[in-house]
Amino acid sequence: MGVAFDSIGFKASLCDGCGDCMTACSKAKGGASRISIVPGAKAGTFETAICRQCGDPKCVQVCPSGALDKDNGNGIIGWDASKCVDCLLCTAGCAYGGIAVDETVARVAKCDQCDGDPACVKVCPTGALEFRKAGTIFNEYGGKEDLFVPGLSGCQGCNSELIMRHAMRKIGRNSVLATPPGCIPGMGSVGYNGKTGTKVPVFHPLLTNTASMLSGIRRYYDRIGRKDIVVMALAGDGGTSDCGFHAVSGAAERGEKVLYVCVDNEGYMNTGMQRSGTTPYGSWTSTTPVGEHMKGKTQDAKNLPLIMTAHKCRYVATASTGYMEDLYEKLDRAIEASFEGFSYLHIYSPCPTGWRIPASKVIEACRMSVDSNFNPLWEYTNTRGLRFTHSPDNAYPITEYVKMIGKYRHLSPDQLAHIQAKVDEQVALLKLMAAESPPPQAAHRAPAGSSTPAGAESSQPARREIARN
Amino acid sequence: MPEAKYLLVGSSHAALEALRAIRLVDPDGSMAMLTKDERLPYSPTILPYVVSGRSGPDKVLLRDPAFFAANACTYVPNAQAVSLDAKARAVTLANGEVWRYQSLLVASGAQPAIPPVKGLDGVTYHVLRTLADAEGLRAAMGAAKSAVVLGAGLVGLHAAENLAEAGLKVSVVEMQDHVLPGYFDAKASTRIEEAFTKHGVDLKLRRKVVEVSGPAARVTLDDGNVLEADLLLVATGVRPVTDWLEGSGVAVDKGVVVDEAMRTNIDGVWAAGDVAQATDFASGKPALIGIIPTAVEQGKIAGQGMAGDSYRKDYAGGLPVNTYRFFGRVALSIGRAAATEGVEAVETDSGAYRRLVLEGNRLVGYASVDEPFDVGIMGELIRRRIDLTECKDAFLAWPVETGRRLMSEQWR
Repeated sequence: MGVAFDSIGFKASLCDGCGDCMTACSKAKGGASRISIVPGAKAGTFETAICRQCGDPKCVQVCPSGALDKDNGNGIIGWDASKCVDCLLCTAGCAYGGIAVDETVARVAKCDQCDGDPACVKVCPTGALEFRKAGTIFNEYGGKEDLFVPGLSGCQGCNSELIMRHAMRKIGRNSVLATPPGCIPGMGSVGYNGKTGTKVPVFHPLLTNTASMLSGIRRYYDRIGRKDIVVMALAGDGGTSDCGFHAVSGAAERGEKVLYVCVDNEGYMNTGMQRSGTTPYGSWTSTTPVGEHMKGKTQDAKNLPLIMTAHKCRYVATASTGYMEDLYEKLDRAIEASFEGFSYLHIYSPCPTGWRIPASKVIEACRMSVDSNFNPLWEYTNTRGLRFTHSPDNAYPITEYVKMIGKYRHLSPDQLAHIQAKVDEQVALLKLMAAESPPPQAAHRAPAGSSTPAGAESSQPARREIARN
Repeated sequence: MPEAKYLLVGSSHAALEALRAIRLVDPDGSMAMLTKDERLPYSPTILPYVVSGRSGPDKVLLRDPAFFAANACTYVPNAQAVSLDAKARAVTLANGEVWRYQSLLVASGAQPAIPPVKGLDGVTYHVLRTLADAEGLRAAMGAAKSAVVLGAGLVGLHAAENLAEAGLKVSVVEMQDHVLPGYFDAKASTRIEEAFTKHGVDLKLRRKVVEVSGPAARVTLDDGNVLEADLLLVATGVRPVTDWLEGSGVAVDKGVVVDEAMRTNIDGVWAAGDVAQATDFASGKPALIGIIPTAVEQGKIAGQGMAGDSYRKDYAGGLPVNTYRFFGRVALSIGRAAATEGVEAVETDSGAYRRLVLEGNRLVGYASVDEPFDVGIMGELIRRRIDLTECKDAFLAWPVETGRRLMSEQWR
């Protein structure tokens, strides 16, 4: 297994040129800033020069003194002040201005990512700078056992398969998995010919009773003292928001200690792309066709995760594979919460086949769905309320998102305006809820408690070590 | 008879890059690196800093034995190649050993070019190309009181500064009008010359040496003046080390002639670095551009070709680059920074000196004194022939910021 590295990301669309990053860098490093923010092509836009910690670093290759070297442990191109003779040839190697002369000391200076905690990122008020930890995630989980068999028969570019494999790698073998009818069992995770496609106990409930069955399993494990099992569902949006909703709602209301992951591809995709309760307004599906009279779905989608917050679940969050670090952090918290009460994770999953997106553009669609506020990322707990985990400010217009997706190709300006209005309305509501957080103690008492034997306010320590592999 | 699938003759930047490029594609193929030097790899560029004491002979080595072990490359020091039999695919060393190969990289570098000056071969003089030269010069410098340096190129000026800083009385003889010819225009060079003069170095520009005699060094110039010194350094440029290729069939002009893939005219033989005569980016004509960035680029391309890497790209031509420090100050240049014919040159001469050279609203050269800029960014603007029409005012006013902006945009 190779080694991957974390990196500082710059999103030009969010940068307002405040320069706080440069001040922070300069202060942290005691000299000139190693990140430079410069005016962009249009007024009010900005660009950056910072070391990319290249995999094929020209600065290192042209250094005549051996003062620069890429550390294969953390990926940082380090500079050895005692070997450097200040010849500046490295500045001729770098095409990005990532290593430049610090005129205060007349020597070169470059970013070293502050030992994995970059000062510039911490002070960025707009989120333009991000420290992207996908490398750490890969290093930590890349070598762990994949709990699905190879060769699941998902479509090319299937995002749901990605979600399944990531989630189960993280959760590990100590789990019992329910996969109600949908793409997830359909692609082979429940298996064929008496063998499962999953390396943990897996079962195939009805669309209607997933959460109820999980409640029973959880209670049995509690009774026999096995408090280390994650009892969970990987369910589609149809099985969660429509046919199975009464069971989900009931289990959440009772505070059942279950991890319920809804993989939302906005319809019944494996049976031929029929509309569901979470299919967005205007979408083409096989039951909301586009023709002379009909122009796709005429109703708005229900916001299922928001509905789950009304159940006062232990944990509710939205996530996207476009923001893997966020997804992994939420998986952590969702697993933790599932030992104390109902834990609901809603992961958006663009479907290349049903939505008409090229397989190679699925992750871009994921990112744009978040960056346009179509799918805002947030999390909720019953004690701290709701908070955004990705800033909803400076969002792209919704047109940037829908133009990537075939199922919206027919949209009229009126329909687009409607979608934009609904997106804005949804963000306004979430902001209102987020503004209330953290809530005053009295207003948000812990729920009355779970009816399962161990109780919601269990004194059992939450299990930390989940994966054995 | 020792053999290697990949035989690299030379051990500096070009050969090291070839090694890296080969190992990315072929982790196992047998490889050997032969060098006439007795040390592990080092860069000739570092030598002035060894003379000054800023660096030391042990600090300058670019790779250690563990690196060669990890890369399965046999490192053979004290191995001077004396002949090549291209038909038999064999290289003979001075000690009689014969190395067979499948693919050969000629990266034997350059050596000091000694001018045909009367009497020069009868006196003791220094050159500065190897670590041994640097150690010798440093030792001689301690006992000397005065020095004459022939040549005001980079090596000559670096050494002259070192000698002057060590307290010697130094004269530099250069036949051109200015120091560092080619890299800088007259105005930039004048600033550098003034600094040398201010530090007590006597610059004899537009002067030729007609005769040198002993005992230490008595240098007679073409104007009749005579310079007496305890120490003589000859730094009048370098020439590719190609004598060992005589009779091999490998085509040699000023250097080893290579195509855009760094192949020579002989099957299975590549060349890269100071020894190779590749093309000049600006003119597209054959040129010797003996600097590290071109050695690195050529070595990589040669290595990729030797290992059959399908991602190999043709050599786009070399760009002259110079990052020069003198007496704590900085002078930088890239591309046709001294060009005057058919170009638009925008100069700033108050405080720091800056010279931007454009052709058809595209950057072709950039030089500065006392004002650092991102040489690599300007190099990319030149190489990619970025049209600056849209942002020309901003570029001329704030070249560094605008350059960073342009590359940041390109990167996305």
